[in-house]
Amino acid sequence: MKYEPVIGLEVHAELSTKTKIFCGCSTAFGAEINTHVCPVCTGQPGALPVLNKQVVHYAAKMGVATHCTVNRLCKSDRKNYFYPDLPKAYQISQFDVPICENGYVDFEVDGEPKRVRFERIHFEEDAGKLLHDEGDGTVVDFNRCGVPLIEMVTRPDIHSAAEAKEFLETVKTTLSYLQICDCRMEEGSIRCDVNVSVRPMGSDKLGTRVEMKNINSFSAAERAITYEVNRQIDVLEEGGQIIQETRRWDDSRGKNMVMRSKEDAQDYRYFPDPDLVAVEIDDAWMEQIESEIPELPQSRYARYIKDIGLQPKEARILSDSFDKACLLDDGVAMNRVDAKAIANWILSDISKYLNDKGLELKDTRLTAAKLVDMIELIEKNTISGNAGKKVLVQLFETDDSVDAIVEKLGLKQVSDEGAIRKLVDEVLAANPKSVADYKGGKKNAIGFLVGQCMKASKGKGNPKMINQLLSKTLEQM
Amino acid sequence: MELYQKTAAELSAMLKNKEVSSVELTKAAFARTAAVEEKVGAYITLTEEKALADAAAIDAKRAAGEELPLLAGVPVSVKDNICTKGIRTTCASKMLENFNPPYDATVMDKLHAAGLVMTGKTNLDEFAMGSSCENSALQKTRNPHNPDHVTGGSSGGAAASVAAGEVSIAVGSDTGGSIRQPASFCGVVGLKPTYGTVSRYGLIAFASSLDQIGPFGRCVEDAAMLADVLRGYDKMDSTSYPREYDSLTAGLNADIKGMKIGLPKEYFGEGISEEVSKSVLAAAETYRQLGAEVVEISLPLSKYALPIYYILSSAEASSNLARFDGVKYGYRAEQFDGIIDLYVKSRSEGFGPEVQRRIMLGTYVLSSGYYDAYYKKARAAQRAIRADYAKAFEQVDVILTPVAPTTAYKVGEKTSDPLQMYMGDICTVSVNIAGLPAMVQPCGFDSNKLPIGMQLIGPRFGEQKLVNAGLAFEKASGLSNIVAL
Ligand SMILES: [Zn+2]
Repeated sequence: MKYEPVIGLEVHAELSTKTKIFCGCSTAFGAEINTHVCPVCTGQPGALPVLNKQVVHYAAKMGVATHCTVNRLCKSDRKNYFYPDLPKAYQISQFDVPICENGYVDFEVDGEPKRVRFERIHFEEDAGKLLHDEGDGTVVDFNRCGVPLIEMVTRPDIHSAAEAKEFLETVKTTLSYLQICDCRMEEGSIRCDVNVSVRPMGSDKLGTRVEMKNINSFSAAERAITYEVNRQIDVLEEGGQIIQETRRWDDSRGKNMVMRSKEDAQDYRYFPDPDLVAVEIDDAWMEQIESEIPELPQSRYARYIKDIGLQPKEARILSDSFDKACLLDDGVAMNRVDAKAIANWILSDISKYLNDKGLELKDTRLTAAKLVDMIELIEKNTISGNAGKKVLVQLFETDDSVDAIVEKLGLKQVSDEGAIRKLVDEVLAANPKSVADYKGGKKNAIGFLVGQCMKASKGKGNPKMINQLLSKTLEQM
Repeated sequence: MELYQKTAAELSAMLKNKEVSSVELTKAAFARTAAVEEKVGAYITLTEEKALADAAAIDAKRAAGEELPLLAGVPVSVKDNICTKGIRTTCASKMLENFNPPYDATVMDKLHAAGLVMTGKTNLDEFAMGSSCENSALQKTRNPHNPDHVTGGSSGGAAASVAAGEVSIAVGSDTGGSIRQPASFCGVVGLKPTYGTVSRYGLIAFASSLDQIGPFGRCVEDAAMLADVLRGYDKMDSTSYPREYDSLTAGLNADIKGMKIGLPKEYFGEGISEEVSKSVLAAAETYRQLGAEVVEISLPLSKYALPIYYILSSAEASSNLARFDGVKYGYRAEQFDGIIDLYVKSRSEGFGPEVQRRIMLGTYVLSSGYYDAYYKKARAAQRAIRADYAKAFEQVDVILTPVAPTTAYKVGEKTSDPLQMYMGDICTVSVNIAGLPAMVQPCGFDSNKLPIGMQLIGPRFGEQKLVNAGLAFEKASGLSNIVAL
């Protein structure tokens, strides 16, 4: 029998607010143990939470960007359970009224359009971290405790590991476009739990669902889903039954194990947090939120293919990065140089530089205006393409203008016809053998002669002019 | 007249006129405490050294000609469920017996800013759960009017410290009557402010939606003066109202001609002792003579208040007290096998029986399958009770009721019967459920010479009406500044 996997995801993303969700402590990653803590986030007796409005703002932004209904009255609930990393023994979250409901994202999987619906998006606080190898016993680090998260819960609309991975990439791109999450996977800023069931192909009934936890990367999600789908199919094929349970994914061993069965499911005794009054998003606030939603990747992707004529792969690379897409769009908006030229510079030299240095665009000093200035000089033959590469490095690292850099590095191209002619004549005179070869039919000898001219000009000669003059002179010889 | 027999209002005037220094007052307070504390047991912790230093600092400021707030230099006791930085804050529980908070509650900052001198931390029922102060795991507090009788609770230590002359004013907290009932039992004035007017930041929570810090005093003016210090918006408490408050003290006015006072018939029937009923009705008669209009009203939902209160308060308590798990602070069992065992043993050994009873009750009403039948229904009923009061306040300015079914009962009389104990809260809990202000003051004595109290309930933010009505009665009855022992 053929089976269809039915997959739903719960994605947790850490919001990039400066301070924690219920206190003024910093959210910065990597600090010394228990230095970003206060009475509130360590659950001291008598301390009270106050909701950080930025969290509401960011969560609502994600909701608007994913076509959700935003509930304008934000209430908080307590999820009660005991664990040493949870100092109050309850997590403040949202239960019956999440801030956002009923949305969706669109994306492509192997060129085919796909839509995954969101059931809900809610905000909540992160827990602390247990450190088991800090000497005697276990140490609890509360620096992470109280860092704001949003949890995004999908409908079971995903039917393959590949779809799941593309969905996660889309969520990540959207978060980075909205500038509400650092999206640093290695710091755990995006994590997900996976619900998997399988059913006979063509059936519209849902199979028994298994939840998988401890998935720490998108590729791990892909592996975990593939494993679990196969496991469930094997069980069914052997006449067994799927048990509703939670399983823990072990990525290093490439398999999962039972964590707890349905019978062990905890009763979290959710109830409205009496310490927090509901926060209302009024019309002015909502308008502000809506005004901050930029054009999203899906739309830019389509535009780059249609308007700039990029290949889908190129359009994807550019639209996947908010910074790169903005650099391109800002550059194109100046309407001074060829849009495709800007795209090509970003796709090639700029991307290479960032990859090599392990940087992001926002870590550099490059601006769209300067990039356009530079390309313009190339288009006007003031500098060569090669000189452009040298200018670019300076644009990343300094605040100098393009003109100043060209001046400083002496990159201005020699395009004076008299000067070029002199060069060409000298080179032809000095290389009679190559001239003879050319005349004898070896047309590619011109390459060597161009090279000699460039060398003689110390790289500053306009290669196009050199080429033209050489060809013309050789033909006339 | 000894210094300990003076009201805070009187002491404030004496300090201002430099008839006495804060150090002298503070020394007198500790001398009085040394003399009576063995009989009363109001305090869990005394902070004499710090108090004398604080008093000296205030005296120095006054000597330098600095303009000081009204209560600057006056000694005050603080209930031991309010966090004091570096000074142990126990909630009268073995769980927090050695807990030193790393921060001060907002009301402590306010007391400090107003120049009050804290004498120490007073006893309470463990985690404020109880109505007689007998649930304290650390201290026995007795009624200064008769040590065979209870002080009431949970702020029993606070009420006793004022009634015994140890201090003239005290800070307590009220979740279901915890200021008002002990004020009544001990013959002092106690004010439970409108929910959200005094910051709860640093008050160790029992039931967050009901808890409110408030003042005790020897007379109405004392309570008004301390309330003025305690009230105010606090951005650290999201349930506190962002608004300004006029001074209750400045607004005191005993002329209540034309004031409409409601007597809810439901509060004078079955279950309330005749002595108490009679005394409160006599107070109503006094009001009539003072020119107030006294009318009978009805609060038909009153009978539901007690179950609603025990469901909501226990539900919140079960969650609020979950943080006491033996991991971070407080009591930790010595022997345990794994994390679950650590939780179970630390909590079983650290919490007393009443606290455990309420945690279990609260856990039950929040459990899946019972939530709708109990918690959700109680919340709906809470809204109905609020509406009940709102309707009543369309007719009257304040409501006059008894505080408790009886006067202070004997120590040990009700400890074996929790339900009987809970019934004692029947007149006070609906005020917390509705978030209203209410004030208690003495209105007579029973045949055993134990004080009888009366309760004035006001509309939201109606504290000024309460203190004015209270002041009028106090002047007419002369029942003010009653120091026992
Ligand atoms: Zn903090």
